[in-house]
Amino acid sequence: MSQGVGVNLQDVWIRFGDFVAVREANVDIEGGSFFSFLGPSGCGKTTILRAVSGFLEPSDGKILIGGNDMAGIGPNKRPTALIFQNLALFPLMKVWENITFSLEVQGVGAADRRKRADELLDMIALAGQGDKLPSELSGGQKQRVAIARALCASPDVLLLDEPLSALDLKLRQHMRTELRQIQQRVGITFIYITHDQGEALTMSDNVAVMRHGIIDQIADGQSIYDDPATPFVASFVGENNVFRGKVKSIENGMAIISTNRTGDLHARVGTSARETMKVGDKAMIFIRPEALSIAETNSASNHRIKALVTNEEFEGQAYNVFLEGGEGKEIKMSLVNQGKIRQSSMGKDMFLEYDPEQSIVLPEGELANE
Amino acid sequence: MKSDNTLMKVFLGLYLVVFFGYLLGPLIIMSITGFNSPGFPRAAPWECLTFEWFDVLANDKRIINGLQNSFMVGAGTVILSVIMGMAGALVLTQVWPKLRATYYTIVIAPILIPGVVLGISTLVFWDRINVMLGFSGESFLHNGILLTILGQSTFIASYCMLVFVARLQRFDVGLTEAALDLGATNVQAFRKILLPFLKPAIGSSAVLAFLASFENYNTTTFTFGKYPTLTIELAQKVRYGINPSISVLAFIIVVLTIVGALSHEIYQRRKQLALANGAPVGAVTGGFQLPKFLRGNPASVVLLLVALGGFSTIWFANVYSPETCKAEVREIKRTLQQQRIEEIRRQKIEREQQKLLQGPDIFGPKNRPGDAPQSPGKGAFGSVFDPQNLDKAGPESNNEPAAKNPGAGAFGSVFDTQNLKKQSESGN
Repeated sequence: MSQGVGVNLQDVWIRFGDFVAVREANVDIEGGSFFSFLGPSGCGKTTILRAVSGFLEPSDGKILIGGNDMAGIGPNKRPTALIFQNLALFPLMKVWENITFSLEVQGVGAADRRKRADELLDMIALAGQGDKLPSELSGGQKQRVAIARALCASPDVLLLDEPLSALDLKLRQHMRTELRQIQQRVGITFIYITHDQGEALTMSDNVAVMRHGIIDQIADGQSIYDDPATPFVASFVGENNVFRGKVKSIENGMAIISTNRTGDLHARVGTSARETMKVGDKAMIFIRPEALSIAETNSASNHRIKALVTNEEFEGQAYNVFLEGGEGKEIKMSLVNQGKIRQSSMGKDMFLEYDPEQSIVLPEGELANE
Repeated sequence: MKSDNTLMKVFLGLYLVVFFGYLLGPLIIMSITGFNSPGFPRAAPWECLTFEWFDVLANDKRIINGLQNSFMVGAGTVILSVIMGMAGALVLTQVWPKLRATYYTIVIAPILIPGVVLGISTLVFWDRINVMLGFSGESFLHNGILLTILGQSTFIASYCMLVFVARLQRFDVGLTEAALDLGATNVQAFRKILLPFLKPAIGSSAVLAFLASFENYNTTTFTFGKYPTLTIELAQKVRYGINPSISVLAFIIVVLTIVGALSHEIYQRRKQLALANGAPVGAVTGGFQLPKFLRGNPASVVLLLVALGGFSTIWFANVYSPETCKAEVREIKRTLQQQRIEEIRRQKIEREQQKLLQGPDIFGPKNRPGDAPQSPGKGAFGSVFDPQNLDKAGPESNNEPAAKNPGAGAFGSVFDTQNLKKQSESGN
């Protein structure tokens, strides 16, 4: 389904006084797709959403919805509907009145509204609950009412501002699937804001990762996870072991980095840095915990790391092993639980092995948790 | 430890008694005076239970008129103050954050300004406006009712604003945004989202505004013109002496307040209980349960109450009549007075007999210049407060003031002109 209405941000800047909330954002969102903005709180993703929905005007640049410039058009005139972080259901209205509020303000009669509400209640599996007040519903039900209310306005673009953050884990996972299904059913463009990488990766066609108002990378989930464009993306999306060092040699997109504490390590140069990286540059290597495994041969190599096991955690689907490499370097390894009782290796020295193709070298830069 | 505890409890109990006595004592005493028969409101020498002051109150044209004016002014003030208060509170949420504190100080200032100042300034300001517009002295700006409403609203609107500010602080601006996002215009968002949310605040600020308007005196006193409100009437009445019908009015107001407050509280409790149990409000009953045959049949309850009330009234009317009681009290007072007069006469005769025995006394007390030391309590009022004065007035005017003149009250015949005469007589 790509007949939906697309959204384009062209050189969008948003400033509040001296503070720059969004810096030169260029985003093309394909019509009918599920697009996510992912970033830590305060990175400007909600600001972008508010600009798209019309609650604030960009300081510079253009926002196009379906190819039309939205400058000067108020939120009540835009073909967008926003689902608020706290849902913002009208507490004094019944569920069905909430859902059909957009029709009420257009002057649609109560009988027609009731009919439309019942259809939507059917769709969100809340048939017969229309006469309740929002306060009488559970978190997940409120969530679905908010979605129905937004859909009732027949928007071309549905904007969602961390709508799942208030729900508990189980419900959140359930709602992810449900949201994706709804999006595929109605076929309109969804723009989703989240700080939860799991949500962004599972639901989205494309994800934009943001940091301090800057969009670091726009790509599909797999590319973001496997081929991050910046150290920030690499450390924010999923977990990563970071090793700092200098580029010793580059050959066919593979680099050898000499690190201070772990010796020489071999890894693939990230796509974004392939053109620019030179020998002698400061660089970072990112090795995911699940890319590490216990080496079968105990000899040093440029894709082996010697480390001491300091702690072990059992997490259900995996064992997390915490190790200490050279000079106190902390390393995390994740081993898939294959149903065999694992022997504890606490306090033992061991060699870890990784696939250089799966590990990324990027120029030194800011990390997510610094 | 334990004795400490008991001591604390005793002190606490004592404190509570004093505290509530201080709070409620005057109200209780005032209410009691409304049912006592003496013409001046007093509770202490209980004479006769009577409801005559209700009748007096109902026939007091000035009080009734004042009450009407108070209600008119109250209604006007409620409308004006609630609207201004709401507008003021809404502006507070919209105004540029750096201006907010300044704005708040300005709009809250009328509460801190003395009501007298507000009254005078209202009068002067609108009088100027009146002159400027070339209206006559009889214009609607000048006849009192509008002026009083304007004057009272200057500060009552600030009270209302505080109520609205408190409510608005709990308002989620996201709701208005959601409404706008769903295609509502600003007016629709206000009418369908914000106004319903503010409904409780509108209710409570209206009650507050009405009560504040009803009890206001110091601003109104400058602005009432031809429309004296109840407080003005009461104040004017006090100047000429009051009777227990004022107590009756106070009693009615107290009862209405208590009934209103209690029923609101009961309603709120029931609602909370209902909400806590997830049941509709109507489904919950209070702790009090009616007997089975009366439950679910309010008509029978009313009938029973009416019957009981009717019977007890008839019975009470048979055994008790305020008129006979008053006659009895009068009789007792008269005999008491008679006794005292007898006493004084006897004393006088005795003194004269003694004088006759001693011979004429040139330096008698009446001729001595240093008269005061002998009766140091006289002061500026002379012997006005001398209890014997009452009796002295009696025989000379040859009537019984208590019986003939029930309105004389606690001051007795202090203000009786004959008293003054008597005074100068005894001075000579």
